[in-house]
Order: sequence, then C-alpha cells, then structure tokens
Amino acid sequence: MDLFEKSPVQREREAYRRRQTILSVAVAAVSTGVVGVLLLAGITGAPGWKRVRESFFDLHTARAALPAVLDGLWLNIELLVFCAVGALVLGLGIASLRTLRRPVFFPLRALANGYTYTFRGLPLIITIYVFAFGVPGLRLSGTPSVLVLGGAALVLTYGAYIAEVFRAGIESVHPSQRAAARSLGLTYRQTMRHVVLPQAVRRVAPPLLNDLVAMQKDVGLISLAGPVDAIRAAQIQTSVSYDYTPYIVAGVLFVLLAIPLVAVTDWVTVRAARRQSGEVTL
Amino acid sequence: MTAVLSVAGVHKVFGERHVLRGVSLDVAEHEVVALIGASGSGKSTLLRCVNLLEPVDDGVIRLDGEDVTDPRADPDRVRRRIGMVFQAFNLFPHMTVLANVTLAPRRVHRVPPAEARDRAMALLGRIGLADLAGAYPDRLSGGQQQRVAIVRALMNTPRLLLLDEVTSALDPELVGEVLALVRELRGDGMTMLLATHEMGFARQVADRVCFLDGGALVEQGPPEQVLGDPREPRTRQFLARVIASGRL
Repeated sequence: MDLFEKSPVQREREAYRRRQTILSVAVAAVSTGVVGVLLLAGITGAPGWKRVRESFFDLHTARAALPAVLDGLWLNIELLVFCAVGALVLGLGIASLRTLRRPVFFPLRALANGYTYTFRGLPLIITIYVFAFGVPGLRLSGTPSVLVLGGAALVLTYGAYIAEVFRAGIESVHPSQRAAARSLGLTYRQTMRHVVLPQAVRRVAPPLLNDLVAMQKDVGLISLAGPVDAIRAAQIQTSVSYDYTPYIVAGVLFVLLAIPLVAVTDWVTVRAARRQSGEVTL
Repeated sequence: MTAVLSVAGVHKVFGERHVLRGVSLDVAEHEVVALIGASGSGKSTLLRCVNLLEPVDDGVIRLDGEDVTDPRADPDRVRRRIGMVFQAFNLFPHMTVLANVTLAPRRVHRVPPAEARDRAMALLGRIGLADLAGAYPDRLSGGQQQRVAIVRALMNTPRLLLLDEVTSALDPELVGEVLALVRELRGDGMTMLLATHEMGFARQVADRVCFLDGGALVEQGPPEQVLGDPREPRTRQFLARVIASGRL
C-alpha cells in the first residue's frame, strides 16, 4: 500500500498530527456546547421569554398558518423565477451596452449609465409604489396587473445591480484574451459572445447568486402593492390572532428556499473551477 | 519577390513615449525576419501595429500591397489573414484545446464543425498533441500551450505569422519544442515576423535579423552578419550585453 517504509521520525510526526486533530475537534465541540448552552439559557431565562414563545413560536398557530403562507410562497417563487430571468437578461444587456466604445452607441451607453446610476440609488419600495400605483393612474389602455407592474419594478431595480456585477466580470477578463480573439479575426461581438462573456459569467456566478438570494427576499415587498404572497398571508393571519408565529413560519420557508439556490451555485462554481484547472479529470 | 508585408515610416506614441520612430521594413514571401533588441525597443509594439491591435500614429503598413492602416480598411478582415502568437499564449481558459483551435474556423470562416475538427486534429496530431484535444489549457505545460496557440493561429492559413517572444514565458527545457515547431513552419514556407530574445534561435531560423533600439531600426542583414559582425556600435553594445548575460 505504501510506496516506501516510513522512518520513525515521520511516524512520530504523523502520530503527533493525529493527536492534534483529535484535540482540536474536542476543543471545538466543547466550546460550541458552551456557547449553545449560554445562548439558550440567556434567551429562555429572559423574563419575557414565556410571552415571546407564545406569540412567536406557537406550534398550533404555526400549523394553522402554514397552508395560507405556503400558498402565498408559491406566488413568491413564481415571481422570483420571472423576475430573476428578467433581471439577468436586462443586466447582461445593460452591461454589454456599457462596454461599447463606438460613437454611434453614445446615446445607448449614456442611457445605460443613467439607468444603473438611478436604479441602484432608488429605494425598491419607492419604485414599487410608483409602478404599482402611479402607472395604473395614467389610465392607459392595456395597463397590466399590479402584480406584473410590481414585478417590473423588481426587475428594473435588480437589473441595475446585476448589470454592475456583469460589468465587473467583463472588465476582469484580461485584455490579452480580447487581443487573442481579435487576432483570430473574430469581430467585437464574436469576441464578447465566445471569449469574454463566458469567462466573465463564470467569475461572477457567486456574487450573482448573492443578488438572486437578496431578490428572493425582496420579492416579498410586492405585498405592499396588494398581491397576497407569503409575507402578506402571514400578516393577514397575524392580524387575526395577534400572534406573530406566521411571520416566523414565512421566515423559515424563505430560508429553506434559499438553501438550494446557494447549494446549486456553490456546486456550479466548484465544478467549473475544477474542470478548468484539471485537478479532476472526470 | 513580392513583399507580403511592407512597413514604411511607422510611428507610434504612447502618451509621452515615442515607441516607434519611423520604422520601415519589408518581409518577402517565405521570408523569416527576426526582430531583436532590448526590452522596450519597440519589437512587440511593431508586431501589434501590424496586427492592428494598436493604431499607428504615422506611416503605412501594407499587407500584400493593401494599405491596412487606412481607417477605411476592415481590421477584422485584415486580421483573418495574419496569425499572431503571444508571449503568454493567451489560450481561452474556458475552452478545450480543440475548441480553442477551431473557434476561428467555426465562427469567422463558417467552416462546418466536422471539417474544422478534422483539420484541427490533423494539425494537433502533427505536433503530437492530439491526445490533449479534449483537455483544458491549464492542464497543459507551457510548451504545449504555446504549440497549441501556434496551431490556433495556423487554422486561419495566414499569409503572415507574427510571433511575439513566444518562448519568453517558458521554462528553459520547454523552449526547444516550441522552437522546433517554428523551424518546421519555416520549412513549410510560412512567412514570419518574430520578436525574440533568443539570439541563437534568430541565427538558426531567420533569413534576416533586424536590430531595433529606442524605437528605430538601427541595423538589418543576414543573421551571420548582424549577430557575428555588427556594423553599428549600438548593435555591438547590445550583443555584448547579451553575451555577458549568457544568452547567446
């Protein structure tokens, strides 16, 4: 099994490392236990804990609220999917526009710059209000529903963030890659499409996912405009019983929703890195 | 002999630095011309100007008689006729070797994928890298990467091949395989303009050696003469420094 017989010095080193590993695991376990016990004691020992437990962690209320909240969560998921796709497409388009250098494109570039500056600064709530209540006020024929308008507000706001993430990715690709592509006779667009963007997107996958997770939470803000999503459903339940448990239920569901999203990107990132660096052949 | 490349009175300025000061140089068909000179003498800049990666600030560059420095010329069309190989290889890290090599035929020349693939495999086979066609560039040694980069440039069947310090980023034991490939291309009659620090290689492979200093072409001639018996004092000084550093 071993390629050579280890010397006593090496065997002693390995034994020492094993002891150290066991020791550090033990230390970690003990300190985690101590911190956990302290936290638990601190919270449950607080004078108001009984009241808080009843109004935030009541199992009966949770069970009663779950169907309505889940129903609302479905709307969040649908909105998230549509808005995420919309914001990614918009962001990529805006980022590509901002890299154009030819004078013909000046108005497009200026528009793209103005857009990212405005919508990164503008609070999402205000955008939602303007879209959900202001646009229908125009009484134009064919005005879409409040849900679609709220979704558009989300797409516009997140499109601006995502455009900046993409732009950072595009600028992180070394100029020598462009030089190599152009030397092969590829046009500017072909260079972007086949050489720059694939590398840029891979590099910014983790921050992009971060924006999507943030978006998943902010999708809930659409409830301000009326549609019943998970948070709105929890609010309705709460206003009936004056028990905040439905909010906790919604919160837990949001966290559960984020876990697969986070896991998937981690996996994608690691796989791409391995494939390129060739550490793993399969 | 027809000149494939004709450079006449080319100037290039970067901010305050006058990098090329009226360089004139012709490269005939099947000719191999080596540019030598210290770092910053303008060798790489000249190559980048020829490939239109840098616009010239004065002078004319002609490829097969066509003025490519004319702002009305389409740089993409010009570059399709020129192959360029870089010091740092510049392979595309997100593509396999095969995808790197077939990118230009597939996207620029619209060659059917199967045909592009067959040609790529034939060329990769010739340099003994067919086994690595499916690998990503990071898995290859520097010498292998540079040979793939040369094959990638050859896929356009260029009229002119520009080699920019193609061995400078390589470990000494990997230099040989790349130089052997360049010698082989010379045997095939490829027209080449190369910038190099390898005086021994310039002597072996070049028909003509051009010494650049401070952005000006100081001396040119057959390698034996320029490297063995230079006429210009500046060339002699440069070669003396190279010999002192053990690179000749």
